[in-house]
Parts: sequence; structure tokens; C-alpha cells
Amino acid sequence: MSTYWWLARWSYLTFILREASSVFVGWTVLLTLVQIWALTHGPSANAAFHEWMRYPLMLGVNVIAFLFVLFHAVTWFGLTPKAMVIRVKGQRVPDWAISGPNYAAWVLVSLGVAWVVLRG
Amino acid sequence: MASRITIEVTRYNPARDPEPRMTSYEVPLHREWVVLDALNCIKDHLDGSLTFRWSCRMGVCGSCGMMINGVPKLACATFLSDYAPGPVRVEPMRHFPILRDLVVDTSDFLMKLARSKPWIIRTVEKPADEEHIQTPAQLEEYRQFSMCINCLLCYAACPIYGLDPQFTGPAAIALAQRYNMDSRDEGASERLDSLSNREGIWGCMFVGECTQVCPKHVDPAGAIQQYKLTAATEWLKAMVLPRGAK
Amino acid sequence: MSKRSNEPFLWLLFSAGGSVSALLMPVHLFLFAIAFPLGWLDPPSDETLLALIRPPLVRVYLFVFCFLSLFHGAHRFRFTLYDGLQIKHLNEIINVLCYGGAVLGTVTAAYLLWRIP
Ligand code: FES
Repeated sequence: MSTYWWLARWSYLTFILREASSVFVGWTVLLTLVQIWALTHGPSANAAFHEWMRYPLMLGVNVIAFLFVLFHAVTWFGLTPKAMVIRVKGQRVPDWAISGPNYAAWVLVSLGVAWVVLRG
Repeated sequence: MASRITIEVTRYNPARDPEPRMTSYEVPLHREWVVLDALNCIKDHLDGSLTFRWSCRMGVCGSCGMMINGVPKLACATFLSDYAPGPVRVEPMRHFPILRDLVVDTSDFLMKLARSKPWIIRTVEKPADEEHIQTPAQLEEYRQFSMCINCLLCYAACPIYGLDPQFTGPAAIALAQRYNMDSRDEGASERLDSLSNREGIWGCMFVGECTQVCPKHVDPAGAIQQYKLTAATEWLKAMVLPRGAK
Repeated sequence: MSKRSNEPFLWLLFSAGGSVSALLMPVHLFLFAIAFPLGWLDPPSDETLLALIRPPLVRVYLFVFCFLSLFHGAHRFRFTLYDGLQIKHLNEIINVLCYGGAVLGTVTAAYLLWRIP
């Protein structure tokens, strides 16, 4: 098969994009670690961190990273019902009844994190 | 609607041709015609040497799988008019060696199917006059996976199989799951031994295209992910419980 | 038990990490990497943030966030390289780099979180 097989079909492309989100998941952890480091190293480290985060290139990368992790989240919750089969009274629970609560939990957790961070 | 449509078909005779090539034919475009009708029309009226497999003409035997405009489909269940004004490209199923024209060699699948042990395994056979009773709910557990007609469209759709010919592939794993979920079967552990590896379930990356092309809604991709969940649970159990206790 | 591999273990980490990162990463990234730098939202002061991450429970949260997400990413990235780019002959090196990177990141996370004053 050609190295570019994933360009042949739309579904292959979305698959490869979904998998590529792994790079940005790693990137986000890296950012988190740098931020924790800055926070524990006083004002000058913090100032450097904030300046770094405001570079246009950095912002560009982070917007892309955000879109990728968003795509990861949407596909992840959408695919969970495929792996998790729940039966009630012998009937398979429809996919939306599993992914729905997942999406709801996602929204709630996101709001919760935002609230904790912004409250201060 | 135009009354005729062009079909480009792969022709290949390994004894004569260095390589498969595309040949165009023009056939009538009837509303009720499927691609298989067009192929039969070519064979009957234009070129009797065109070779392809078919039998039931109703999506049951699973022998007429081919690539239609690049997508794996059953030729007997794909309407020509959906491709009007054409041309329609008809090729042999991807990822399999071509034997002749549209006929591919599926022996690799048959070899892999054996890994799945797709039959009921019992540790102790019941006496011949005793029945295995199964409730409708128990049947429901595996019914979907038992609809497979071995058409192998899922293999033609699976990029992982294309990239790694060692991969057991969608249908064979779904069929293993079909027997795992059968209340009469006791072979889950045996199957896990032969499928819980890189060539088996762990090779799947959940592209999901097998499920998209399956004409019988078997959902092989789902079957494999469910199998992974079971295998991971079994692995955890084996870690937590002392040896022999499971 | 002839050919059963350690894949189940890696897959469990991958799945757990997939859920954790799907739940938490969009909001983390949106706040700290987009909304705050662009001034869309008022960021908490650095002192407030430091106080926020100090409690043991929050440190555990951040550790789990980093640890599982890294193993999720490593697993996926490994397969993407393996199948997407078809560099199978480098399989061993890819494994070492991916999971090794995840281990390194996890240890770093543990160290940084441990050292929070
Ligand atoms: S001819 Fe039997 S499935 Fe198409």
C-alpha cells in the first residue's frame, strides 16, 4: 500500500487525524509540566511563561492543538458505545444512551474545571 | 436518464497478461439493474471470457464482492443507476491476490479463520439426546455477529490488513466473538490464546471502515473493540487473582 | 497461555488515558493556552494558581492527568507510526521512544508535583 493510503478516502483521513491527536495530547501534557515548573519557580519564571504563551506561533500551535484534542474528545465519546455493550432485559442499550451521558459528563467536568480555575 | 452506461472492468489473465488492465464496456442502463446484471450482460453479449464469482444474486452467498468505484461492495446489491451517468469502475477486491479478472484468492482468510476456531467448543460434550437450550435473549447476544456471509468486503476495506498481511482481520475476529458470546460455547479462553496478540485483536486500530462496508451490519469493528475489553478484563483478573483461581 | 502479550495492559492505559484526556484536555487547553494568553478571560494570579495546585488531591489529579494522557498518546502515536507511515522495521525503536517518552514525562510530572513548595 502507498504511504499516503490515508488520503484515499475521507474516512481514512478522519481516522489518521484522530490518531494524530495523540501528538497534541502529548504537547498539552508538556505545556502543563512547563506551567507547573514556572509556577513553582517564582515571578520571573512565570513572566517568561506568560510571554512565551503569547507568541503568535505559540498561539497558532495551541489553537491547532485545541482543535485536535476537541476532535479526540468528540470521537472518543462517540466510539465508546462500540466497545461497551450494555444490555437491559436482553435488549442492547442504544448507542446514544451510552455516548449521551459521556458527552454530558464532559460538559459538566469542563464547567467544573473552569469554575475552579476562574473562581480565584 | 441515459439509456446506456460505461463500465470499466479489470481484466487479468495471469497466464497471458503482465499486469491487470482496465477495459471499458457499454451496457444498457436499466433502472432495476445491479452491477452484477451488467457484468452478466458483458459476459453473455460482449465478452464471454470475463470471469467473476456470483451465485445467489440476493446478498446471501457472499461471493460477488468487488471494488465498485473504489469502495468494496456486493455487485448484486449495488444498483447501476446510483452511478449514472457513469462510468463505473469495477475492480477485484483490494488486498487479495487476483486469480483472474474479478476473482481473488481468499485462501489467506480461510487460513486465518481457523485461528478463530469458529465452531462450538465444549469441555464436556452433552449426550446426543440432550439439547442445548438457548433463550431468545442468549441468541440476541451473538446474533448480529452470526450474520456474516464471509464476503470479505471488510478485508478489502481494512487498511490494517492491507498494511500488515499477518493481521487476522475483521470477519475472522467477529466470528470468534460470535462463538465467544454463544451460551453453548466454552472455548473463549482457547480463542483468547490464539487471538490476544498483535496479529489478532491488538493489531486493530479501530479505523471502523469494516463496519461501514459490511452489507450484513455485522459491525466487526465493534466486535473487535468488545473483544479487546473482554481480553483486558481477563488480563486484569489473571493479574489480581492467584494462579489457578480463575 | 502461549502467545498472550502485554498488549492488554498497554490498551488499558490507552483507554483510561483516552477518557481522561478527552474529559479534561479541551478545557485545560482552552483556558491556559487560548483564553488567558489572548485576554478573553481574566486569568487567576500566579499566586492563586500555585495555591490551587498545592493540595495533595490536586497534585494527584494533575499527576493522573499527565500520566494517563501520556500513555494514551504514546500508544496511539506508536500505532500511527507503525501503520500510518509504515515504518515497521523501526518497531523496536518506536516502542522505546513512545513508551520511554511517556515514562520520562510521568517521572517528570511526579517530580515537579512533589517539589511544589
Ligand atoms: S451473488 Fe450472492 S451475495 Fe452477491
